[in-house]
Amino acid sequence: MDFQTPETTLANVPTVLRADGSADPATDPGLDAQLLRELMRAMVRTRIVDERLVLLQRQGRIGFHIGSLGEEATILGSIAALRPQDWIFPCYREFSALLWRGLPLGTYLDNMFGNEDDPVRGRQMPDHWTARALRIGSVSSPIGTQITQAVGFAMAARHKAEDVVTMAFFGDGATSSNDFHTGLNFAGVYRAPTVFLCRNNGWAISVPTAKQTASTSFADKGVAYGVRGVQCDGNDVLAVWRTVRDAVSRAAAGEGPQLVECITYRLSGHSTSDDPKVYRADDEVTAWRRADPIARLRRHLELKGLWTEDEEKAWAASCEAELKAAIEGAEKKAPPALSSMFDDVFAERPWHLEEQCAALLAGPRAPRGH
Amino acid sequence: MPQMNMVQALNDALRVEMRRNRDVVVLGEDVGKLGGVFRVTQGLQDEFGESRCFDTPLAEGGILGVAIGMALYGLRPVPEIQFSDFIFPAYDQIVSELAKYRYRSGGEYTCPLVVRTPVGGGIRGGHYHSQSPESQFIHVAGLKVVCPSNPYDAKGLLLSSIRDDDPVLFFEPKRVYRAARADVPEGDYTIPLGEAKVVREGQHVTVVAWGAMLYEALAAAEQAATQGIECDVIDLRTLWPLDIDCIVASVERTGRIVVVHEAPKSCGFGSEIVALVNEKAFLHLEAPPVRVTGWDTPFPYTLENEYLPLAHRILPALVETARY
Repeated sequence: MDFQTPETTLANVPTVLRADGSADPATDPGLDAQLLRELMRAMVRTRIVDERLVLLQRQGRIGFHIGSLGEEATILGSIAALRPQDWIFPCYREFSALLWRGLPLGTYLDNMFGNEDDPVRGRQMPDHWTARALRIGSVSSPIGTQITQAVGFAMAARHKAEDVVTMAFFGDGATSSNDFHTGLNFAGVYRAPTVFLCRNNGWAISVPTAKQTASTSFADKGVAYGVRGVQCDGNDVLAVWRTVRDAVSRAAAGEGPQLVECITYRLSGHSTSDDPKVYRADDEVTAWRRADPIARLRRHLELKGLWTEDEEKAWAASCEAELKAAIEGAEKKAPPALSSMFDDVFAERPWHLEEQCAALLAGPRAPRGH
Repeated sequence: MPQMNMVQALNDALRVEMRRNRDVVVLGEDVGKLGGVFRVTQGLQDEFGESRCFDTPLAEGGILGVAIGMALYGLRPVPEIQFSDFIFPAYDQIVSELAKYRYRSGGEYTCPLVVRTPVGGGIRGGHYHSQSPESQFIHVAGLKVVCPSNPYDAKGLLLSSIRDDDPVLFFEPKRVYRAARADVPEGDYTIPLGEAKVVREGQHVTVVAWGAMLYEALAAAEQAATQGIECDVIDLRTLWPLDIDCIVASVERTGRIVVVHEAPKSCGFGSEIVALVNEKAFLHLEAPPVRVTGWDTPFPYTLENEYLPLAHRILPALVETARY
């Protein structure tokens, strides 16, 4: 076999959830029933949204989606382990973080359609959102750039004597970027309260982890920078929560920056623009479906009597209904006003943008659609 | 009123603003104990402590990424890039992040910070200590670009830049750092961004320059005057947003324009200035606009005075334009 299975990849990685659905008592973080159920609901909802958005893109109704299929436990377990005052510097796969922190689904859909109510005013591709009020940063496409920013933000908070930890999300590919190395180095030197959350999902578009690094692990990369690095089973939401909560506590307590590598798997393509069949074996995907994070939490909750098939069906139906309404609402909204293209380049429009805006408004209109 | 050179005036501006606003922090390579390789940040760490003036690891991309994070939090960082020739590891952070934060976040996030960096040649620095990359930042939507020519403007423009709500690239002409002394008021004063200044008046040719080349333009204008050619010399001070009204008003009187800059000619900022003058004052022109600039080569070491658009190259351009 020339690919990694969850059994081999996760063999020596800390795990809480066992194959039979029970939690290892030695490592079970002991989350209360309410939080466990909230995590389950969020993971189910995230997958429903992900799968539906792919369909919308295939139908030509949205331009793009970059999803989190298979990575729900890594993202939601991490977000749930943050304290309310902590800030998230996202990559672009973490829309479930927005929803976990309370962004209305309709607002997320406004971003997917780039309509007049899109928080980024239709200026970026779908899934390049922003949510400052939820303490979530603004998404950009260049890989790794948010990592150094998360470090500076944490340093600024400390300068103001605020108890804030920042968490930077990035994939395994980003560990090769300048900003990863610089960010860890600066954080190490200044002991910034930052958690570096590496979603090792096995693939950077078509490049597997083996071609991304010769290191034994991505967590090892912390050593050179004086940054504590740990791995965990990223498809085990309890292991993620436990590992990240520990990292956040350490960072907040002044123990310095923390690197957490969550080993998970990107079940989908890189984005809707990608066809993974060109570069990876179906058998590999099938093998990782056995370690599906939702199935693993479901078994655990069923064993504890906290979740039933009927409950999941009812919850899924309500998510579908909510999603249908949100899509319909967002799809029929108007595009952003033409003149808004010239807003927010600067705090105030200089003369050249006033001139260009006037020229656009006075000129012929482009054909609709794309 | 005290006399200061540009290094002292910039240092004074940083002190004024750091005393006034605790959110202003200075970071960069060697800015702490050493006070910067040109000494612009000298003594700031002593006065304000290591949390507000600190040395960084040697990674320009990290300096900008960290400064952006600080600005997002609400601080007013003033990162220093030791030479503008070394700004390119930070180009991604400046172009993809700094310039776009306000726009891409629908105005939710802003990045008010000032990147200070020495610019230009004339110090025997070869191509890695002499370049003038201003047009590579002007071309990026979302950045303001400033380049003072004298100590008085340097202080007032730096104070305006730090208080501005948009990111500013603040290019400091290193050849002028210690070459010119001037009266610089103590305490607080500002010079608004976006306002050029006519520093010599004349009716025959408009000359646009900034930074160190302003002095070459003035020297050439002085010599041209002995031949009966009077120049209107404009010091841009802020390169972007450009004070186009000042330039057009002058060209409407003179009908002739010469733009001087150190950067290579092709796609240099002079190209944009000439294009704008063509668009806005075409019918006033009596002669083709002229650019006197560095050549389209890397900046040379031994022959730097042949590369730079010094007065000896500006003068013939003025004469030819005036007599066209």
